[in-house]
Amino acid sequence: MSIATSAAPTSTLAARPEFKTRYDHFINGEWVPPSSGEYFDNISPIDGKVFTQAARGNAADIDKAIDAAHEAFKTWGKTAAAYRSNLLLKIAQIVEDNLEYLAVVETIDNGKPIRETRAADLPLVIDHFRYFAGVIRSEEGTISEHDETTVSINLHEPIGVVGQIIPWNFPLLMATWKIAPALAAGCCVVVKPAEQTPTSIMVLMELVGQVLPKGVLNIVTGFGVEAGKPLASSPKVQKVAFTGETTTGRLIMQYASENLIPVTMELGGKSPNIFFESVADADDEFFDKAVEGAVLFALNQGEVCTCPSRILVHEHIYDRFMDRVIQRTKAIQMGNPLDANVMMGAQASEDQYQKILSYLDIGKQEGAQVLCGGEAFHQNSGLEHGFYVQPTLLKGDNKMRVFQEEIFGPVACVTTFKTTEEAIAIANDTLYGLGAGVWTRDAHELYQVPRALQAGRVWVNCYHAYPAHAPFGGYKKSGFGRETHKMMLNHYRQTKNMLISYGKQKLGFF
Amino acid sequence: MTRRIIATEEAVSLINELRHTHGPLMFHQSGGCCDGSQPMCFPEGEFKTGGSDVCLGEVAGCKFYMGGDQFSYWKHTQLILDVIKGRGSSFSLEIPLGVRFHIRSRIFSDEELAELEATQPLT
Repeated sequence: MSIATSAAPTSTLAARPEFKTRYDHFINGEWVPPSSGEYFDNISPIDGKVFTQAARGNAADIDKAIDAAHEAFKTWGKTAAAYRSNLLLKIAQIVEDNLEYLAVVETIDNGKPIRETRAADLPLVIDHFRYFAGVIRSEEGTISEHDETTVSINLHEPIGVVGQIIPWNFPLLMATWKIAPALAAGCCVVVKPAEQTPTSIMVLMELVGQVLPKGVLNIVTGFGVEAGKPLASSPKVQKVAFTGETTTGRLIMQYASENLIPVTMELGGKSPNIFFESVADADDEFFDKAVEGAVLFALNQGEVCTCPSRILVHEHIYDRFMDRVIQRTKAIQMGNPLDANVMMGAQASEDQYQKILSYLDIGKQEGAQVLCGGEAFHQNSGLEHGFYVQPTLLKGDNKMRVFQEEIFGPVACVTTFKTTEEAIAIANDTLYGLGAGVWTRDAHELYQVPRALQAGRVWVNCYHAYPAHAPFGGYKKSGFGRETHKMMLNHYRQTKNMLISYGKQKLGFF
Repeated sequence: MTRRIIATEEAVSLINELRHTHGPLMFHQSGGCCDGSQPMCFPEGEFKTGGSDVCLGEVAGCKFYMGGDQFSYWKHTQLILDVIKGRGSSFSLEIPLGVRFHIRSRIFSDEELAELEATQPLT
């Protein structure tokens, strides 16, 4: 199966930090051993070896964390926005002061290249904490005067104790997307990290755990069925936030329906990245940017909910554009993810790796043409058991399964279109609607096409930017709720309406 | 008879092991992010199926469901339930055992598709 072999370079390798042999839960401001006494191995996808253990949480641990959160909420929910803001800023500063350390830990836990954790994951963690620290100081409730003696006041009140289930693709960043707005809103939180990546958030808690009052932020590790389910189904949480896949999303909504609580869901996508004819009007800086925009499918080994996994190219520019894209894809340097020069790392787990290989198989069976890659990637120097896949471009038809299902790997499927209408039809022919990319030099297209796309985030002449202050969330089966923006605060709050009469006259009914 | 879902011996053996612990089981094929596109194994009835789901058949006595809209993109392939090493997330029952149910696929021939549509229509 393997064709590529490369010696892992050693010259620019980040040093591995010392890990504890095992990590307990973080509950009520303390490190708490799992009630079962059991731990599970955490395997680094870089080399397939166990590097530490995580506590195997269960319903009793979740219950303890929820109780701690409720106790903390009695005071945290009433704290001044200025106070909460200040603590979020302190967390951001600690992360910034320890960026290199946390970047290395994240790479070992998840497998992604250190280049990305240094330049994207951790800087975005810092910025999102600062963003939510900022917006709660500036936003306000609303007031309306209904008549000269009646005033309606809308105040925000935190919803209570929140359960958050975090995915493994950006363990620290996805946790931050959920934790920062919830804490800013005045909620207390119980977090269940993914079982593939349970360690980096515990290392983060070692650094920031004492910044917050005890019980405000609790982290319980464990398996989905043993720890995630008790959290998602607990009648003692007031809201659940989930990022993951559709079946678990439906199951969590089912539990939420039993408790009549709100949920927010981010469930992935199959995002189209559309390159219109004008992209190739000149071989200039913008053309080069567009080529990179197509190759961004390989960012984070393709393990991104908005991976631009369908490349739609106008047929007139297919050869000129794709030649360059293939060339750039082949230039992606693989190797040890801890090496600063390595551009693509390991898939996060063995089952994920196997799933991607199964999709390469089904794609070939369906008749997709392999433009480059298409195989696992094997390397030596101690990384023989890591989970590496070559960046792959497949050419085919949008009805193929590889065009319709989220492979969650470094695989982009390419097809052509003749007209703008056809591009929009292909782009929207998917169950999902999370992200999309539109590349054009035409001022009309760059407005009209994004409006015609059924997706929550349309990048225009860019891709894979995730700044705080721009809302992120899905249409269709990609879920609902908008993260990375102050509108997320309202997913963690109630509105208290006070309808006040200044008049002294009775109504006259009775 | 052509079947839309079949299982490897390893998958059947894991189903039997899980059934011993958890009782009757069911499957629902996921889509979307992270562990999407993987089959999820639950105690029977834990996951509420509805009018939007289709049942592809049974494996080792367990019903195997999928969202109907997802099935419209998958219907030309036979699904083969297998087991691999690894640690998926989700609430699927086998994960604490360090293994993961996994779907492999095979394209149906035109004859098989015609037979399925005639004898086991699913919409």
